[in-house]
Amino acid sequence: MRLNELLSLSFNSLRSNKLRTALTTLGIIIGVFAVILLVSLGTGLQTYITDQVSGLGSNLIFVIPGKVGGSRAPGGQQTNKLTFADAKVLSAKLKDIAEVGPIIQKSGTVKFQSKSDKGTSVLGTSANYPKIVKTNLIKGSYFTSAQERSAAKVVILGQTVWDKLFNSQDSLEKQINIAGARYTVIGILEKKGSVFGLDQDNTVIIPITAAQRQFGVSNVNSIYITALKPELVTLVERKANTVLLSRLTEDDFTLQTQEQTLSTISSITNVLTIALGGIAAISLLVGGIGVMNIMLVSVTERTKEIGLRKALGARRMDILKQFLIEAIMLSLTGGLIGIALGLGASYLISIFFVSQVTWWSVFLAFFFSVAVGIIFGITPAFRASRLSPIEALRYE
Amino acid sequence: MKDQTLAIKLTNISKEYVTEDIVTKVLFGINLVVKKGEFVAITGASGSGKSTLLNILGLLDTASSGTYILNSLDVTALTEDEQADIRNREIGFVFQSFNLLKKISVFENVILPAIYKGSSTQEREGRARELLKAVGLEDQMYKRPNQLSGGQQQRVAIARALMNNPAIILADEPTGNLDSKSGADIMSILKRLNHDGNTIIMITHDKEIASVASRIVVISDGKLNK
Repeated sequence: MRLNELLSLSFNSLRSNKLRTALTTLGIIIGVFAVILLVSLGTGLQTYITDQVSGLGSNLIFVIPGKVGGSRAPGGQQTNKLTFADAKVLSAKLKDIAEVGPIIQKSGTVKFQSKSDKGTSVLGTSANYPKIVKTNLIKGSYFTSAQERSAAKVVILGQTVWDKLFNSQDSLEKQINIAGARYTVIGILEKKGSVFGLDQDNTVIIPITAAQRQFGVSNVNSIYITALKPELVTLVERKANTVLLSRLTEDDFTLQTQEQTLSTISSITNVLTIALGGIAAISLLVGGIGVMNIMLVSVTERTKEIGLRKALGARRMDILKQFLIEAIMLSLTGGLIGIALGLGASYLISIFFVSQVTWWSVFLAFFFSVAVGIIFGITPAFRASRLSPIEALRYE
Repeated sequence: MKDQTLAIKLTNISKEYVTEDIVTKVLFGINLVVKKGEFVAITGASGSGKSTLLNILGLLDTASSGTYILNSLDVTALTEDEQADIRNREIGFVFQSFNLLKKISVFENVILPAIYKGSSTQEREGRARELLKAVGLEDQMYKRPNQLSGGQQQRVAIARALMNNPAIILADEPTGNLDSKSGADIMSILKRLNHDGNTIIMITHDKEIASVASRIVVISDGKLNK
């Protein structure tokens, strides 16, 4: 029997049971739709986070207090032995190959006249910070090394702060109050937007020396190091490690290159993507069982037809193919509709959240739906092909 | 042994069924010769074994012992697929209950055997039209079987049986589901086909219907009476 004859035979049989066909297909549609959508979400999330981290610059190395994966929790204040002095030594020793920027991060209330902004992130850092992390200003200028040394009370405002305190109006040289001390506004940061609802613009930057004095701390929250060239990253990491080990113990700090950060993030998001895809795959499996169920019913219903076809000369393979192709058609139709809906939904979601269609998930869903048709169609088809023509003809 | 003038030669055909160690013997050493162009009626009471004999003749069932020569070909021990091919090319079935597929047109029903044979589209469509014309249904081609009367449906079944130009036509109570007028029509069509050279073997319990055949064979308790 020719393929086009088999196809039109299966098509006609599916068409003559429209509601049943639609409901069976729906099971596959939902499964494929879910696989594509959830994998797209997972991948979108991964790409988004990776982009955010990469945006900081690929030559970046973080020094954070405590040992990641060690006995003590990293980052906790009681275990923080990383100091401004460590950063200064690092800066001196790595002078020709890297820029070193210590970071102190606090949160406080920022006021101007009667207006105030609570919970603002106050970032204390060094004058070379713009060389380490991309920091574009739309107005004014960054503080200088001299201002850093003299612990000048100058501040650069994030857009949210600027908006709340000055309605985004001219504000340079104005005096504002940060956690009880007066600072002069010298610059306005470019808008950065928000990450997962976290406003990146609700921030102010002040010289680290000023922050130390005001908050009375000698520790730093982290030290950013950027290698001057990409090929220097390994060397910088090794040297920084040696320098820090001469001052601290192994458990007091963790050096993490951007590459390591990215691989940590991808391993987490990969697990997430696979978990989401796996859950979706279960619904595809359920859809497959639906196909098998309906095909078994169809074989029973059409016993007499099978008997007649055999009497007229259909071979086992002809019957097997007829039912198998019918099952594949069911699942393939479901698969194609599911792919279309999945792509549409992924696109819609990408407008207001993160979602990225991965082509492998589309191909996977496509082949998976065909496979579902074959796997769940073969048993009913085989059963049909094995029917004895006399008994099948006698069946009422 | 090979005789070109023979359509069918059954030698010592027996059939027994074994269910749960109980052996039921249905046919006892049947010998039957049907010449090409003959119209043979096999009659017998229900339970006489005539349906089993028809199934064996139609290669829907295999005999427990004995040999079966169909159109000079030994078809006694064939695989299932070989049997399917012989049924497809050498045997035309006409059933009591017509056995047409309800969801496809009359025309598509007639074409079915040719699809499994693999004949070209042009060839089979031409032949199907020709056959439907011969049974007087050229105007009903695109109707569904259930839009036709019983007599018309049986005529479609006859056209289908002739599709691949088989060696024999096996008719199992062809008038059993029909009123006497339609039944008579069907019998006259079969008679005409026989006149045109077709070999027909018909099973019936109706003596009057059987009388249309050129030879009547009576089967009782699994044996043929001469």
